[in-house]
Amino acid sequence: MKNSLINQSFNNARKENRPALLTYTVAGDNTKKKSLEILKSLSDYADICELGFPHNTPIADGGQIQTSAYRAIKNGIKINDVFSIVSKFKKLKKNKPIILMGYYNMVYQYNENKFISKCKKAKVDGLIIVDLPYPENKIFAAKCKKNNINFIQLISPTTSKLRLKKIINDSHDMIYYISMLSTTGGLLKVSANEIIKQYQKIKKHNKSKNVVIGFGITEKTIKSLKKADGLVVGSAICKEITRSIKKRQNAVTNVINLVKKLKNKIK
Amino acid sequence: MKLKKGIPLIDQHDKNGFWGGKFGGSFIPETLKKPIEDLTKEFQKLRKDKKFLRKKDFYFKNYVGSPTSFVKLENLSNYLNGAQIWAKVVSEANGGAHKIYNATVHALICKAMGKKYIIGDTGAGYAGKMLSMAAKKFGLKCKIFMGAKDIKRQRPNCDAIRKNGAEIIPVYSGSQTLVDAVSECMRYWVSNCDNTHMCVGSTVGPNIFVKICGFSTTQISRELKTQLKEKFKKVPKKLKLINCVGGGSSAYGFWSEFIDYNKKHIELIGVEAGGPKKSLLHAAPLSRNAKIGILHGAASYVCQNNEGQIHETESISAGLDYPGVSPIHCFLKDTKRARYTYATDEEALNAYRLVTKFEKLNPSLEPSHAFAEAIKIAPRLSKDTIIIVNSCGDAKKDRDILRDRLGKN
Repeated sequence: MKNSLINQSFNNARKENRPALLTYTVAGDNTKKKSLEILKSLSDYADICELGFPHNTPIADGGQIQTSAYRAIKNGIKINDVFSIVSKFKKLKKNKPIILMGYYNMVYQYNENKFISKCKKAKVDGLIIVDLPYPENKIFAAKCKKNNINFIQLISPTTSKLRLKKIINDSHDMIYYISMLSTTGGLLKVSANEIIKQYQKIKKHNKSKNVVIGFGITEKTIKSLKKADGLVVGSAICKEITRSIKKRQNAVTNVINLVKKLKNKIK
Repeated sequence: MKLKKGIPLIDQHDKNGFWGGKFGGSFIPETLKKPIEDLTKEFQKLRKDKKFLRKKDFYFKNYVGSPTSFVKLENLSNYLNGAQIWAKVVSEANGGAHKIYNATVHALICKAMGKKYIIGDTGAGYAGKMLSMAAKKFGLKCKIFMGAKDIKRQRPNCDAIRKNGAEIIPVYSGSQTLVDAVSECMRYWVSNCDNTHMCVGSTVGPNIFVKICGFSTTQISRELKTQLKEKFKKVPKKLKLINCVGGGSSAYGFWSEFIDYNKKHIELIGVEAGGPKKSLLHAAPLSRNAKIGILHGAASYVCQNNEGQIHETESISAGLDYPGVSPIHCFLKDTKRARYTYATDEEALNAYRLVTKFEKLNPSLEPSHAFAEAIKIAPRLSKDTIIIVNSCGDAKKDRDILRDRLGKN
């Protein structure tokens, strides 16, 4: 998928000599309208936007994303609403790549093929399915590729050497490296040097793949990892939304300010 | 979809871990791939290791206390005036329930893998209590994840867990019951899998946990088979084995040695939690036709909505209050080897009242669901029909609920 928007975004960031900034927000948090607004405004600063399907039994997510997901579900978000948020977003920002992220049960209930064709119609650029690891994801990943959707593989500190090789060979344009043993939103408990070392092991296998680092990335830690192709910030943004709601402040403005700050740290 | 004979059900999955091609598997985050692979290899090795098996048998005999007794419930049988009702009193096992088998095996595996920390989920508190006991026995540090609602309603078991030196981590997310406890326990394992072993409290979760748990509880039916031959000289001609089903660990353990028999000879009946009589919520994915979904790393029938969000469940019995069920029970359902039904909260309470009125037995609310079915079907069955109920838990833990609902201590 050489001309994918995802590849282009990484190349653009590279030209500016900085990592790409990836943001993660939960679709429908805290309402459908609001989450579209947040997505639109933060995309002025983020290079790639990840949008999560809220799920009520998320086994790999920490408290911040759980809170966002419960809030969105409570406000009535449905799978089709997520697609319509993406469609609306893409009409305004057709060159901004968008990656949907979720758990396999939602894809399974929706039906794999129907899900992928919906993604294609909404112009989704990539998919991350947290609990569908390699090699179980082979068929699904191939279906995605056929439809010009990037299936994004995850690699963690526990991934063995042999497995690493196989996953990279089977990956598309982007690989997601999980910085540490943790659910999302944990405190970064590994040194930046150690994370970059692991990151470089992945890069060494195949330089053409864009490798992003996620988990534990905040205003405080982002700068230390700027050697990476891309950095994902999720829980910190969800936390900001929660904080804004609690304080009855404008979540959109607050999130934008946070994303601006994050961007400045890696320029 | 077909059952094979002569092979334990826990081993009848394909190379991807699916029973019947669609139940089970390992839907897990990448981080857990390696620890699960390690555990799978270790378990494969230990299962063939005579020293390990001798150790397991030694602890089952001298620590768990095997065999648990097999008794006829004379008075209840006379009252119902139909089939004979017998009980396998698994609640005599050390700690008061079948959960001790799985806990002991996990503690032994944890030791063998050189890990010092062990974690587990619990609903009724029995899985947690037993894991805390086994952890203490084998010198492991233990954390138990338990829904805040369950901590309140199963206090006696919580006291026991703490007394054994384990830490209870209350879970406040979602419905604050077993489903949330399992999720939180898995999340903790994701973050600490380098030095911590996870015990899943039932035959649920990623494939390997279904297998380890089934391997452990099968002790129940092994004992029962011997006891049947002692009492009846051979396996009786008309036999019905009734067991409650939450995750399904005691039912699998109770049935495993009898699955190869013809179902007209030995009928297997699983009783799920129907919830309060007039409630729309229940915890009966098998008998109330839930759709297949993925929960806690495995595909099984799951109480959920069309969008794949997991339903809240409701049952008087914390141990059965779970929206999913073991993939091996889904397999037994679809191959029609076992029959699944449900009992409501009220039916379980009535059964408890009747059993304790007639017999010196104090089954917890979970097996009371199984007794409800036995009481329902016994009167219209012939006197040479033998019904055996697995009385897999003791009601001490339910004293607050029973006092509240029946005015009993």
